[in-house]
Amino acid sequence: MDVSYDWLKELVDVPVSPEELMDKVSRTGIEVDSVHRLGDGLKKIVIGHVESVKPHPDADHLRITMVDTGEDELRQIVCGAPNVAAGQTVIVALPGARIGDNVKIKRGKMRGVVSDGMLCALQELGFSNDLAPKAYDDGIYVFDEALKPGSDALAALGMEDAVLDFEITPNRADALGMRGVAWEVGATYGNKPHFNDQPVVETGKPIADYLSAKVADTNDAPAYQMRVVDNITIKDSPLWLQRRLWNAGVRPINNIVDVTNLIMLGYGQPLHAFDYAQLGSKEILVRRAHAGEPLTTLDGNEHELTTEDIVITNGEKPVALAGVMGGLDSEITAKTQTVVIESAMFAPTPIRKTALRYNLRSQASARFEKGVDVGSINLALDEAARLMAELGDGEVATGTLSASQVPADPEEVDISLDRINHVLGTQLDEATVTALLDRLGFGVTVADGLFAVSVPTRRWDIHIEADLIEEIARLYGYDNLPSTLPTTTMTVGEFTPMQARRKRSRKLLEGLGLTQIISYSLTTAAKANAFQLEPSEETHVAWAMTADHETLRRNLVSGLVDAVAYNVARKQTDLALYEQGRIFPRSAGHTQPAEKEYIAGALTGNVIQKSWHQAAKPVDFYYVKGIVETLLADFRLEQPVQYVPTKRPDLHPGQSAQIMLGDEVVGLIGRVHPRYEQDQSIPETYIFELNLEALMLADRSEMTATPAPKFPSVTRDIAVQVATSVANAEIEAIIAANGGKFLRDTRLFDVYSGVKVAPGQKSLAYTLTYRRDDQTLTEDEVNNAFAKIVAALETQVGAQIR
Amino acid sequence: MSMDLKTRLEQLREENQKRIKETTDLDALNQIRVNLLGKKSPITEVLRGLKNLDQDERPKVGAFANQIKADLQANLQTRREALEQAAIDAKLESETIDVTLPGDQMQEGTPHILDQIMDDIEEFFIGQGYQVVDGPEVEEDHYNFEMLNIPKNHPARDMQDTFYIDDQLLMRSQTSPVQARTLEVHDFSKGPLKMISPGRVYRRDTDDATHSHQFHQVEGLVIDKHITMADLKGTLLTLAQHVFGADRKIRLRPSYFPFTEPSVEVDVSCFRCNGKGCAICKYSGWIEVLGAGMVHPNVLTNAGVDADVYGGFAFGLGPDRFAMLKYGIDDIRSFYQGDLRFLTQFKEEG
Repeated sequence: MDVSYDWLKELVDVPVSPEELMDKVSRTGIEVDSVHRLGDGLKKIVIGHVESVKPHPDADHLRITMVDTGEDELRQIVCGAPNVAAGQTVIVALPGARIGDNVKIKRGKMRGVVSDGMLCALQELGFSNDLAPKAYDDGIYVFDEALKPGSDALAALGMEDAVLDFEITPNRADALGMRGVAWEVGATYGNKPHFNDQPVVETGKPIADYLSAKVADTNDAPAYQMRVVDNITIKDSPLWLQRRLWNAGVRPINNIVDVTNLIMLGYGQPLHAFDYAQLGSKEILVRRAHAGEPLTTLDGNEHELTTEDIVITNGEKPVALAGVMGGLDSEITAKTQTVVIESAMFAPTPIRKTALRYNLRSQASARFEKGVDVGSINLALDEAARLMAELGDGEVATGTLSASQVPADPEEVDISLDRINHVLGTQLDEATVTALLDRLGFGVTVADGLFAVSVPTRRWDIHIEADLIEEIARLYGYDNLPSTLPTTTMTVGEFTPMQARRKRSRKLLEGLGLTQIISYSLTTAAKANAFQLEPSEETHVAWAMTADHETLRRNLVSGLVDAVAYNVARKQTDLALYEQGRIFPRSAGHTQPAEKEYIAGALTGNVIQKSWHQAAKPVDFYYVKGIVETLLADFRLEQPVQYVPTKRPDLHPGQSAQIMLGDEVVGLIGRVHPRYEQDQSIPETYIFELNLEALMLADRSEMTATPAPKFPSVTRDIAVQVATSVANAEIEAIIAANGGKFLRDTRLFDVYSGVKVAPGQKSLAYTLTYRRDDQTLTEDEVNNAFAKIVAALETQVGAQIR
Repeated sequence: MSMDLKTRLEQLREENQKRIKETTDLDALNQIRVNLLGKKSPITEVLRGLKNLDQDERPKVGAFANQIKADLQANLQTRREALEQAAIDAKLESETIDVTLPGDQMQEGTPHILDQIMDDIEEFFIGQGYQVVDGPEVEEDHYNFEMLNIPKNHPARDMQDTFYIDDQLLMRSQTSPVQARTLEVHDFSKGPLKMISPGRVYRRDTDDATHSHQFHQVEGLVIDKHITMADLKGTLLTLAQHVFGADRKIRLRPSYFPFTEPSVEVDVSCFRCNGKGCAICKYSGWIEVLGAGMVHPNVLTNAGVDADVYGGFAFGLGPDRFAMLKYGIDDIRSFYQGDLRFLTQFKEEG
């Protein structure tokens, strides 16, 4: 809401500058975003009187004017505007002037003729085309009243007036009119507004001679009031009215339309004016539109209406979309002689929906959506009729049509002093609270700490205690509230086990060299589908802004791959990244996806860069497996973790595995499929992905202490030659099963396949560690235990022991 | 005492002391020791002459000879230690390295700056006895809006453009629905509700430097029988001082959120210019950092909490905005692109 400082001062005493007002009102009521003046940056622009006009000898489209700018001699100015004529009062930019777009005006010659300044259009002073009156679109602006030559044109145009940009929140629609703003500013400084309302004088025929009005459903239009003004002359509005409009960002059209806009700006009550002669009947009926009923709105667009639209009809066909836009047929035109003014209250929701449906949101619909002051509906209507009659030389028909109305009774809200202080943490007394409420113009009676507050209709946002407490708090001043911390019974603050585990897992990966990223949960369908631990259904958002962010992710790896690609494209090739976040798998038949906490990583390039002291170490499957093993070891899982080779389109078929806990897939590890790498423009990249929730829920071993061993351990190395198809896990399982109770540890220290073993064979070498906790092991005990392992390996996997 | 023998012994001492002193080699020193103290030692030779001496002279000369022997042994010992030390010194000297060469590269990852900020805020409130509550990111319209006093077609829905999945489901546009969910299940007979809820939220925005369709919020809620707006102010003041520095001040300005009343926006005094005015605070001395208010009675009632007995405050802040302000980050997309050069500059503080 653009608030004119000059207009505001007519309605209430404002003891401070616009800038101070901006700051103060922002702190106590409504945020004011900025203060600007239309004339900011302009200078040396004065009123001129065109004394004579003659043709330019060398240019058909130019005229030579002699202009009185209040100096001793007339000023010769060459002008290209087709509408320039002797006798006009115009805007003159003097030499040295600065006009719109920071253009400087200099004395110069135009086609050989000296031009000592410039006659201006409003657009040349920075007005946009949809703000400057249309009548002067092709030429200079001409004042329709006499002004003193040489006087300040910016002042005459109201361009030195400060305009405050009030950011009206949905609850403060009362300040969508200057009167509401005046009340707010008045309450801020303890001044009551003064409105100087003048009575409407009815001199015309009874309104019933013109028209009847009816509302089909008063839920749609709880209040519907009309007046008629007859015998009017359509013309430009006087300068004072045009000024008000353009300072509020509204384009002047003609005296009738301008009055409806002025009243809307002043009272917050949108009005509509119909050309009575074009209504085509003597009745108005407000009803829902029939499905498919046509209406051409005054922007020239045709609409097929729905039964959700409220329309104003002439008894047969729609003449306006209620509260949103008038119809083209009954628009006020230069020929209009009789005006029907509508002042109403419409149901907010249908108005909002209609405005959205036809993309016709306007200042009027915005106000109806948020509600209007039932106490101003007729005040606004009367003032509109009075002004139209005055400015259009017409007469107001006698009486008001009232198709529906709402009583303008104040709302009574009770509140106790204790309640106020209890909520605010203050110790306000009765007198203070009473004074604050009085500043708002609320009626207050108080007895024994209980206030009965009578809230006028202009503050229809206030119904309950909390509403009053807010008014009191903001006017009392939030700066004056004490600062305390809550005093309650003690509560325990601690993370849930899942929260603690997520944080711990993050720290662990960071300790292992992985940097955390946060990627988008919404991604492409293809990316959402890849790298899933188990298949699930897609979930899409409706009306996605872009296909890049339209499907809920069901894996974290895709986002990491994106980050790898982003970095690699920027020559960052050694990467170790992880993300911890949610994935959204959906089961068939459900509309809502599940949300599961995952953790995943992606590594590419070198984990150690070559330096003077270290050899480069490129990442490989086993490096990433080491990260996963370290992370999983931290869970102390009861069941062993198994790595089961897997073949899937997104991972290398020979270098990837499902991570299994019993029958459950809890993770994935492996190299990204080279074809996928190529598609995503990333180099060789290894990933892992773990279902943190599944790991959290899995059985875990208790942590119990065992004393440090008192007796020495004995080690034996064993080299096992087997077929290359035999997995290390098989051999370790045989060793574990046959190791005996003294075998404490098995560690693989060499894997060899080459010239020293037969083709199709490989050799794995392990160090076995034996120990007894009650005495030192004997040589025989170790030899016997070792022999069992050897025998088992020979029989079960055909191993040769070397 | 025989002057001959004595002179001879003193001569021996003098000669050998000189040789010991001049020896720079441990082997040579050892040779001297063997020569001097072994069977063929010149001292022994000298002592053979004792038999030619008087009976009473013999012990004196013998004692003198032993004295000289002891002196030379001590000299040998001292010299050997010196030579050994020199050898060690020389060896260590030869092992000198360039300590200015760089150390080995260690593996160290960096937590994301947004998680750092959220972790910090979580720990701050955990210390004050708050719970951290997680809520769903795919939320029901019911919790995201209706329970929060934002019915369908409420103009406040314009303030947020929301990603809907279907009529009922949406990507939560705020963390506030966690308030409603927690209020619904909290057992007030067991004590007050003090919670925060951090997490991702989504808005139907086109990504640019200042807009992101995904960002983060931290919601806070305290409900009990005697929670005041002064408590809100004090809580936010301590938070602002914790995050932005001990000298910070805050101010509350009236605002509007459907789920709180009174509603306020909270400014913190500018941590760059300390309130004098600079580009960060747009020359106002204050920076808007969060929204807050006293929980609207409708929100309590909707969740089945008696609004006549219980009340309290709620606040919501944006870690993305906090980080952008605190570190001077001018493009919100930086948080989500995963550029290692951007992410690794934020080493953890404290």
